[in-house]
Amino acid sequence: MKTYENKKMKDLRSGFGEGLVEAGAQNPEVIALSADVTGSVKMDGFAKAYPERFIQCGIAEANMVGIAAGLSLSGKIPFVGGFAEFVTGRVYDQIRQVVAYSNKNVKICGSHAGVTLGEDGATHQTMEDIALMKALPNMTVLVPCDANQTHAATIAAMRHNGPVYLRFGRPKMPNFTDENQEFVIGKAQMMNEGTDVSIIATGHLVWEALEAAKVLETEGISAEVINIHTIKPLDTEAIIKSAKKTGAVVTCEEHLYNGGLGDSVAQTLALNYPTPMEYVAVDDKFGESGTPEQMLVNYHLKATDIIAKVKAVLTRKK
Amino acid sequence: MANILELQNTATQVRRDIVRMTNAVNSGHPGGSLGCTEFMTALFFNVMEHNPAHFTMDGKGSDMFFMSNGHITPVLYSVMARCGYFPVKELNTFRVFGTRLQGHPSTEHGLPGIRMASGSLGQGLSVAIGAAIAKKMDNDNKIIYTLHGDGELEEGQIWEAAMYAGAKGVDNLIATVDYNRQQIDGTTDEVLSLGDLKKKWEAFDWQVVEVENGNDMQQMLDAFATAKSLTGKGKPVVILMKTEMGYGVDFMQGTNKYHGVAPSNDELERALAQLKETLGDY
Repeated sequence: MKTYENKKMKDLRSGFGEGLVEAGAQNPEVIALSADVTGSVKMDGFAKAYPERFIQCGIAEANMVGIAAGLSLSGKIPFVGGFAEFVTGRVYDQIRQVVAYSNKNVKICGSHAGVTLGEDGATHQTMEDIALMKALPNMTVLVPCDANQTHAATIAAMRHNGPVYLRFGRPKMPNFTDENQEFVIGKAQMMNEGTDVSIIATGHLVWEALEAAKVLETEGISAEVINIHTIKPLDTEAIIKSAKKTGAVVTCEEHLYNGGLGDSVAQTLALNYPTPMEYVAVDDKFGESGTPEQMLVNYHLKATDIIAKVKAVLTRKK
Repeated sequence: MANILELQNTATQVRRDIVRMTNAVNSGHPGGSLGCTEFMTALFFNVMEHNPAHFTMDGKGSDMFFMSNGHITPVLYSVMARCGYFPVKELNTFRVFGTRLQGHPSTEHGLPGIRMASGSLGQGLSVAIGAAIAKKMDNDNKIIYTLHGDGELEEGQIWEAAMYAGAKGVDNLIATVDYNRQQIDGTTDEVLSLGDLKKKWEAFDWQVVEVENGNDMQQMLDAFATAKSLTGKGKPVVILMKTEMGYGVDFMQGTNKYHGVAPSNDELERALAQLKETLGDY
């Protein structure tokens, strides 16, 4: 099987910050807006490089989203940055009306997403944001899997004309995808080909899925691992093709069961090729304080949990 | 530029459009529309520098307007059509399935002149600030105008935006508040008192222009001239415009009854008898 090397532990938000500086260099229309969390979401590099294109909004996310929409009218490409909960859930109606429905070229960048935010606890750990954002017509939803891919996704978001939600996390995580990768919005990334089960993962859990596949191989189970870095539009073709090949699917995400990647995959399979399926996700509850690793373990989002779900789905396989 | 008599004649026709449009579909918001008719007529026909025949989404080199209280589309669509954004006869599609004239302003249906959806209240001032910042970045010296209901000021986002524009000196922005002291559940005093609005805006570092009677065309023109003269001085400008909801039709005037209720056929007849056809009905 294809192996991936963790080149260095790195936070995805830093991949975003570096990508944003590069996006700013490539395109003078790129503007960054922050709501008093500039350093936390790694927009400080952009703010320093392009102070005339950086807008500090203060702790007022609703106003920030509106300003971004207004800026976009003249051809500017605003990147709105903040904690994922506060730039999605807190401002859902603003995004709905002046970004998604008005179809404006605004990029909503949610850092600190998911339960691996860690110690801050549940108020800051959104696990509903994918559901909220993918529900909106016109919205593209990107969930890259490591720092390198977040960098590439930021550039792709800049080049894409239309509303984008870009989701990434806070802690240092394995950085294993290519530094100079091409990020194609809407295209699933085949990480490892296999024949017995399809593990379809997004975000931080792609690494866990690869770890699980390694263990499964030693047990004689050939796992296909697919990275869905674009939740919407979903690469349904790749998912159906893989399900037809393996006949069993496990989805993995740092999000609630409701409305996440798993639901998108389940919908795709139910409508096209009903296949036994299991979810690795958080079942209808909020997070809590703890280290990122403790959160992954206690919320059953580790490679061992993926392995257990693979074995469960294989018993249901026809 | 239209003279005051022409503006008054246009306003009368706009009022006919408002009651006819809302009656035709038995829905829509005639009360606030009638109250803001002088404001909207003066703005679109006299004050704004814009090119209705050649609308561009980016609005470069043009003044721009955002209606934050998106429910008063009858007056918006009427003045837009009457000044040339789209054919006047299209007013007969208001709120009808398949129309570009959606119940609340929409960009989805491609109506020239609409740059942003509104309807969910309290968002237009933030959008306007973004557009105003972009104008400054692009060295475009044109002005951004907005309109808000007074009840809309109960939304918190308005004050986020007010704080931002005051603190950052967004001085190419003229916001207007339709200060009719009416909202759906009653008067603003009954529902949630607005307190001293002038003091509130001044405390947020805005320059305040007060209009005693926003249904007097001359007073509106004077207020716009004053407001324009205050732009470019480091502070945003707000016009507090006292109006009467339903102005121009005696039985619709000064009540919130017609905020979101269309005139019946009988009421339409009575209303039209009070409003002379000046430019020709659609």
